[in-house]
Amino acid sequence: MIVEQKHWMTADEFNEAFALSQFLPGPNVVNFSVVFGSRFGGAPGAAVALAGLMGPPLLIVTILAILYARCGDIEMLSRILAGITAAATGLLISVVAKMAAPLFRKRWNWAPFIAIAAFVGVAIMQWPLPWVFVMLAPVSVALAWVKR
Amino acid sequence: MNDNPLIALAGYFALLSLFAVGGANAAIPEMHRISVEVMQWMTDRQFADSFAIAQVSPGPNIIIVTLIGYHVAGLAGAAVATAAMCGPTCVLAFLVARTWDRFKEARWRIAIQSGLVPVSLGLIAASAFVLARSADHTVVAAIITAVTALVGFATRINPLWIFAVGGLFGLSGWL
Repeated sequence: MIVEQKHWMTADEFNEAFALSQFLPGPNVVNFSVVFGSRFGGAPGAAVALAGLMGPPLLIVTILAILYARCGDIEMLSRILAGITAAATGLLISVVAKMAAPLFRKRWNWAPFIAIAAFVGVAIMQWPLPWVFVMLAPVSVALAWVKR
Repeated sequence: MNDNPLIALAGYFALLSLFAVGGANAAIPEMHRISVEVMQWMTDRQFADSFAIAQVSPGPNIIIVTLIGYHVAGLAGAAVATAAMCGPTCVLAFLVARTWDRFKEARWRIAIQSGLVPVSLGLIAASAFVLARSADHTVVAAIITAVTALVGFATRINPLWIFAVGGLFGLSGWL
């Protein structure tokens, strides 16, 4: 929509802004709205884009939170949510598989080791995420630097 | 941390927002660790439910922090958790957006960008693991997860259909 209908950005600018928001920490879509908004109207533009993105969903999710607090004990609801969680977990696994495929295809590549180390640190050892990040990210970036 | 849950929410989520490369999906294990294990704000089940609600709601999945915040401290908690999770990273995004284009071809920029990909992959895989442990207590649930993973990998179906089918299976009482 941003590129094709409104011509707010070229496809290249869009990809660039998207890549940037992917790599920044925190929620990608939120980052994108800030990057996108700031291209147009600086800080006010970023604030408006963020408010537009987050406003309606926040309202809806707050209502859902209130409903869940009241009705979360209902057996039927918790069954439905359990089914959705099981499905959503599967989707997440498919996302991981899609992301991993290109990284694991190359031989003698360091990327899988970093990914596995991050997984083991966070999922198995249950270390705090900031620690794992501080240990691995510099190594990974350094390896990417050397490789080029 | 302080006894005041609002301060704890703000502190944990603001810190997390700066390390969660890969977005909401990468942040799930740390949110789970803090909410269920360290602070014991909610049960494993309540966390999994919050994840499910965030998945089916419109908008970014990071909105799970709003649900956690509400569970911990009502509307004020929802507001504080959301602001803490989005604030620091928004400021960072704003600052970086202004200088980023200038370094488009810079070697360090490319190294940072490609170096962070495997880290976020590992974190998202950890999310899937943590969620599977909370969600897949029964054989049927594990089968739903496995089938969804295959369908998600092989097709580009709208996730809402998958959630609808998962929800119906849940409703049937087989889980």
